[in-house]
This record gives sequence, structure tokens and C-alpha cells, in this order.
Amino acid sequence: MTDLQGKPNGPLLASINLAVSRDVVAARQAVARFMKDRGASTLRVTRFATAVSEIARNAIVHGGGGEISIYLDKRNEYLVVECRDKGPGIEDISLAMSDGYTSRGGLGRGLGGAKRLSHGFDIRSTPGEGTIVSMSVKL
Amino acid sequence: MSGVTSINLVENALLVSIQDDVTDTEIVDLQETLSNRIAKDDVKGVILDISALEIVDTFVGRVIAQLAGISRLLAAETYVVGMRPAVAVTLVELGMYLPEVRTALSLTHALSQLRRD
Repeated sequence: MTDLQGKPNGPLLASINLAVSRDVVAARQAVARFMKDRGASTLRVTRFATAVSEIARNAIVHGGGGEISIYLDKRNEYLVVECRDKGPGIEDISLAMSDGYTSRGGLGRGLGGAKRLSHGFDIRSTPGEGTIVSMSVKL
Repeated sequence: MSGVTSINLVENALLVSIQDDVTDTEIVDLQETLSNRIAKDDVKGVILDISALEIVDTFVGRVIAQLAGISRLLAAETYVVGMRPAVAVTLVELGMYLPEVRTALSLTHALSQLRRD
């Protein structure tokens, strides 16, 4: 989806710092609230808030913390969530995306699951510099 | 343990209500608290009420599966009650099937199952 190439070009709704596990709750609840305010269905809210929860936790557990920014796209058709961390990065993104792969004893369904639960999903990572995950959901 | 989770003894089971703002840290703490309570209160079952949870992601799902495994080792069955339909759909899409966990639509149903066991 072209909206996800580069910076989102719509208004910023909120930014949430990700440092401790309570911040994951704050991030997914904020996303859910913005979607509900715009009339998204319960299932759509649940699916996307779950995806955001996975990605926000990854930023804390693997990326040493980060930040989540929530945008509307310029036509107000999509909610775009961008999660950045300055962690060690992901060496092999396609391996990390595959179900069953885990680096920390998890179930290995987090990244692939988050992609399945989002309408748009893009991940960019530079080893040693960090990871940026952009996710979007149609409103 | 903070106020986000409550544990109450109901008949021969521990009823655990998990609140929507439960953090990863708190739900991990719950494993230890609950395993101690199962032994101390000599219960036949654990009923996890997740009706307040708007989402269950892979981390929470994994902790719930582990809780069920722990309680089974302590001779108690775990029932999850109150799962929202959207949560069930999302868990299946994530590929999580929670085989250790028995589900019941309501607390009443879970209690009647436990009386029968």
C-alpha cells in the first residue's frame, strides 16, 4: 500500500512512549479508542488492537523500548500505526515473519500474526540501528 | 498483586477475573499467586473469566495456556469463560488453539462441569 512507503502523510493523532509493559496496554487502548470513535466494527478493532499489542511488546522486549505514533491517512480512510525502536534490529525479516520462528521462547506467531491481522503491514530494520513497523487498518 | 485481577473462591473453584488493563508483568505474577492458591485452597478447578478482555494476544494466550498446564499438574482443571467472539476469531487467526484449556460459555456452565468431574 503506497501510504506506507515513507512517512505517513496524514495528521498525527497520538504518540505513546514504549518503555514498560503498561505502555503496551496504553498503545492498544488508544488505537482501539480511535477506531471505535470512527465507527469501526468490534471485530476490526479487536484484530487490529491485537496486532498493535504484538508489535508494541516486541519493541519493548526485543528493541529495548521505542515509540508508537498513530496517524490518520490523508483521506481519513486508514488508521496508520508506526512503531519505532532503536534496538539491535532484525537480521532476517522473512525468517522472523514466519510462523514458528522465535528468538525468545515465545510461540513465534507474533510478527506473522500481526501482519495477518492488519490491512497494510511493512517492516524495515537496520541491524544495529533499529526497526520500524508500519501497520494500517481500513476505517 | 494489583487490583487489576481478583481471585475469589466459588464452590470448589477459584474464580479469577482478569481486567482489560492487565499488564504482562501482572499476568505473569498471577501464575505464581494462582498456583499457591490452588494448593492452599484445595480446589478442583480454576475459572478464568476473560469477559473484560478486549484483546488476547500471543503473550496473554501463552500465559493462559501455561496457567492451565500448571493447574493441571496441581490436579485442577482450568476453564476459560466469557471469551468475546471477536477475541476467539482473532486467536484462531493468530494460530493459537490453547489445547490445555477447557472453555465454557459462562461461569454457571463451568461450575456445573466442575461439579460433574
